[in-house]
Amino acid sequence: MKKISGKTTKRIALALGAALACAALAGCGSPSSAGKNGELYVYNWGEYIDPDTLTMFEEETGIKVIYDEYDTNETMYPKVAAGASVYDVICPSDYMVNKMIDNDLLQELNFDNMPNALSNIGASYYDTAEEFDPGNKYFVPYCWGTVGILYNTSMVDEPVTSWSILWNEKYKDNILMQDSVRDAFMVALKLNGSSMNTLDVNELEAARDALIEQRPLVQAWVIDEVRDKMIGGEAALGVIYSGEAIYTQRENSDLEYVIPQEGTNVWLDGWVIPKNAANKENAEKFIDFMCRGDIALMNFEYITYSTPNTAAQALIKDEDIRNSEIAFPDLSQYNNLETFTYLGEEGDELYNQYWKEARSQ
Amino acid sequence: MNRKLLSAPYLFWSALFILVPLCMVFYYGLTDKTGAFTLENILAIATPEHSKALWEALKLAFVSTVICLLLAYPLAMILCGMNSHKDSFIVLIFILPMWMNFLLRTMAWQSLLEKTGVINGILGFLHLPSLNIINTPAAIVLGMVYNFLPFMVLPIYNVLVKIDKNIVNAARDLGANPFQTFLKILLPLSLPGIFSGITMVFVPALTTFVISRVLGGGKILLIGNIIEEEFTKTDNWNLGSGLSIVLMLFIIFNMVISAVTDKDGEVNAL
Repeated sequence: MKKISGKTTKRIALALGAALACAALAGCGSPSSAGKNGELYVYNWGEYIDPDTLTMFEEETGIKVIYDEYDTNETMYPKVAAGASVYDVICPSDYMVNKMIDNDLLQELNFDNMPNALSNIGASYYDTAEEFDPGNKYFVPYCWGTVGILYNTSMVDEPVTSWSILWNEKYKDNILMQDSVRDAFMVALKLNGSSMNTLDVNELEAARDALIEQRPLVQAWVIDEVRDKMIGGEAALGVIYSGEAIYTQRENSDLEYVIPQEGTNVWLDGWVIPKNAANKENAEKFIDFMCRGDIALMNFEYITYSTPNTAAQALIKDEDIRNSEIAFPDLSQYNNLETFTYLGEEGDELYNQYWKEARSQ
Repeated sequence: MNRKLLSAPYLFWSALFILVPLCMVFYYGLTDKTGAFTLENILAIATPEHSKALWEALKLAFVSTVICLLLAYPLAMILCGMNSHKDSFIVLIFILPMWMNFLLRTMAWQSLLEKTGVINGILGFLHLPSLNIINTPAAIVLGMVYNFLPFMVLPIYNVLVKIDKNIVNAARDLGANPFQTFLKILLPLSLPGIFSGITMVFVPALTTFVISRVLGGGKILLIGNIIEEEFTKTDNWNLGSGLSIVLMLFIIFNMVISAVTDKDGEVNAL
């Protein structure tokens, strides 16, 4: 889900680098093939793609890609809903796809133009997607994963099995939480044994109170920064998306990822085409390209988020990764796994209100 | 005629980017989602979360402004006391960091203040106790003072440098000691600069959401953060606009004070 540069300075450096690269490309003068077949506006999570694949796409198709990034579903939605910026392809998560379908913001995909999307993506992922995209009309899976606790074994000596460790006084000022409403509430709701899609006011109030109780122990509520802060040993425990775990372990071998016993969020991100897209054909070409086995493999190796692309999975050379419990967990051994559902406008408001209250105490 | 023509681009600019957005804020702030008139968005400031965020913001902005004033006044006096050659060089050095992006400078402070950051690295090396202010109000105040200090120094400096040296000399000749000179001559004469500086620090400090986000670790919600989230995350422009109108009242109040004390308008003509 969120593969965003932790330190935003890094992101800025990347942006500068990208700008330089663009300038260099533009300066090359030779009427590069990019652009001759039109444009494509892509809106994706930060650092959620291997930039080389974009270059390859431009070279192979002659379509110029204009690429923007967001850091949470919630920041993406108002921009698309307001229609101020028109994108051709977006990569929202499950419940947000649901919300966008409900608000008539998406258009149906033509799978005839995307043979790879049918042949390479595991059927089980389309089954999962049925929950928020009945009939599989709007959504092509791109990445999936869980949410769990990343902890530093040199700072935590007890076994980490439960969300309750995030309420342990011992780790005061050493805990990083996700600064996004659904993820934060998921942790507190699961801790209390509730469903993370509940609309029960009592359960939500209990979760809010748990977050308030936890507040003094939390070092920071962040999103992207969890990754870099954990690598740097800035905190002992952090709530993080499974896709970040492999990357962080590469950088710091003391880090371990667990799915707590109370259950967690299994999420699925994928490509959709908004209703107001100006380049639908190009968008479908792009989705199809992203579903190609070799491209999906490049992306997997770059962003380390679990890929639903069976062709890519077969191409993974490193046996440890192919059999990695983190990259491709056997979900049947975990209890109480859920996927976020869209709560409706009133449900959203309820969560937002409690989230505000939880943080302002 | 010609002159009027010359101002046309500016008028167009301010209409498009000041007047129109302001009207939109008032429209959204005074309507609900269906477009019907309501005062609810403005009265929403009374809810505990919002009033607490406003109070926090007022508190931190006040503290930052006081610290800026205490640091800036002596600094402005020192700058004034230098001969004009060195003077402009020092002013340049002082303004130089402002050429760097505000966001970058704030993020640099994050890296400096972190638990495993640069400052604690040095303190640890020297076996000194570590500094744990990141993600606290203290870090936010530090960020505000660091970012807004030049806006306090320059208006004060601007006024001080224009005070006729003969007035100060006359006070001395008539027997005033340095302290009396300061209290009776310099301070009253530099009041417009002080008020202008206060406005220029207090207003951005009151409305910031970046500094509190970057240095507060998302744990401290200021009114600016609440408003920002209503627009970017919660997608409730009506509430965001309503709260903005409330915030505007505080800003206008502050600017009126500044305008009254700076009738000649010379200070802000920086």
